[in-house]
Amino acid sequence: MRKNNISYAKYGYLFSIPFVLVFLIFNLYPTIYTIIIGFTDLRGLGRTTFKFLEEPFQNYISILNNRTFIGSLKTTFIIWIFNFIPQVLLALLLTAWFTNRRLKVKAQGVFKVLIYMPNIITAATIAILFNSLTGYPKGPVNDLLMKLGILDAPSNFHLQSGTARGVVSFIQFWMWYGHSMIILIAGVLGINPTLFEAAEVDGATPTQIFFKITLPRLKTILLYVLVTGLIGGIQMFDIPRLFLWGGPDNATLTSSVFIYNQAFAGSYLYNRASAASMIVFIIILVLSGIMFYSMRDRAELKLKKFEKNRLKEEKRMGAVR
Amino acid sequence: MRGMRATTNLKKTGIYIVCIFLAVLSIFPFWVMFMNATRSTFEIQQSSIGLIPSKFLMSNWQILQGKTFDPIVGFINSMLISTGATLAAVYFSSLTAYALVAYSWKLRQPFFTFIMAVMMIPTQVSGIGFYQFMYSIGWTNSLWPLIIPATATPAMVFFMRQYLMASLSLDIVDSARIDGSREFNTFNRIIIPIMKPAMATQAIFTFVFHWNRLFEPLILLTDGKKYTMPIMVSLLRGDIYKTEYGAVYLGLSMTVLPLFIVYFALSKHIIAGVALGALKE
Repeated sequence: MRKNNISYAKYGYLFSIPFVLVFLIFNLYPTIYTIIIGFTDLRGLGRTTFKFLEEPFQNYISILNNRTFIGSLKTTFIIWIFNFIPQVLLALLLTAWFTNRRLKVKAQGVFKVLIYMPNIITAATIAILFNSLTGYPKGPVNDLLMKLGILDAPSNFHLQSGTARGVVSFIQFWMWYGHSMIILIAGVLGINPTLFEAAEVDGATPTQIFFKITLPRLKTILLYVLVTGLIGGIQMFDIPRLFLWGGPDNATLTSSVFIYNQAFAGSYLYNRASAASMIVFIIILVLSGIMFYSMRDRAELKLKKFEKNRLKEEKRMGAVR
Repeated sequence: MRGMRATTNLKKTGIYIVCIFLAVLSIFPFWVMFMNATRSTFEIQQSSIGLIPSKFLMSNWQILQGKTFDPIVGFINSMLISTGATLAAVYFSSLTAYALVAYSWKLRQPFFTFIMAVMMIPTQVSGIGFYQFMYSIGWTNSLWPLIIPATATPAMVFFMRQYLMASLSLDIVDSARIDGSREFNTFNRIIIPIMKPAMATQAIFTFVFHWNRLFEPLILLTDGKKYTMPIMVSLLRGDIYKTEYGAVYLGLSMTVLPLFIVYFALSKHIIAGVALGALKE
């Protein structure tokens, strides 16, 4: 007995050592180091020594006064919104179709496999592929749009900020809606099937079932999709960096590309880049916090209301019986 | 009744049309890419969408070979990094998860809460500090800083813990103890086989994740011999390939082909894995 309860506990610590050590050295230490660099004068290629600034927040002040940085935050936000809203809407629509018990859509497996596919392909490859596809004056997209009669003359997508951002948003949307869809479908399949059966018996239409049962029950999963989509979207780097290197005229320069440019592409302003990444981190924290609390509270309230109604319903049913 | 069935059929037709359109939308860019990889720059300039292959694959390959883009080097480096990182992540995440499930120790719950908290921290936050740290210990242009950190993958520990809680009976561990098996041996000989299905799913995703990663390799690796596949790909965006359309498409195709093979061979597991990942709570 003594052996069982006391002497095995040390293995819990022992087996966690590799994880903890690597986490402290390669994750926590670099994070703290980044925070520290944000308050120093560390700049220039190959420099590792630094001293703290007399005015500690100087880097933060100059970053917040940097028009390019503020512009990059706006750009990130615009590209994110135009990718994320259609992404979630289409994913929800497909989820509604694929889980509709009356329609029984066939070949779902094939559709899922093909729709999810772009997600596993290297983003760097996709960025350059779309750069070639949207080429001017001859490019597959231009050719296709002219053949379909949508365009009269080839359009230079790379030179107009609207189309350049549009293409980046589209790539993100195209790479991720399949992922969101599969997660949402898994969420629906996790809902107790008797709920749907009961609703069907009561004569609810598929639309009613989707909005009154499926959607409220999906709140947690939807929150997961929202938060991971937010964190991933704000950090988007590969596509905007390689599609047009942030151009034209910084129209696709997202905050991650800005940070990269500050630190590694020519100017080596490590201190400013650190301050910028901290600002972005704080923005991510605040936004996911807002999402988390607004969604969670409402979900719980709804659930409580729903349970109450269900109890009432059951009582009524019992009385009828 | 008949009217209702007619509208249902109409709706179904609509759904199939949309789904087929979306499937084509997924395939079309890659189809054009593979076809254009076999076409000459002149052909592509005449008509940029070719739906059938041409016969310039070899000449495009010749053009590619003469330049900085080296898919073989990229492939080997990416293979080393992805394999190493996947092995480290899968093995040590399982070990940590086992520590969390099989033993009761004082800091168990706080440690688990900590893992949940750091799961949400975006990786790029530590980018600058990570680069400076690696630079100061002379580890830029080394593959190690891209492999070792995978040992601590909080999300996978979380996933493995959930899996173990559902599938491990501690009686097995106890009877192994009675048979005189030492704890570390028990983990390697008995627990790992139990975790194999979960490990396989997680391995696929970790591998693809590390294969596709661009940011960290880009800041750490400056020596062409250490370039990973995504960095090699980014070279295709350079000026020397500006007029070599066919060669660029071929280079892109070569980076996509291995992923296509893996994906279509394992697609069932991958789709199931994505679904499972979301339900980990």
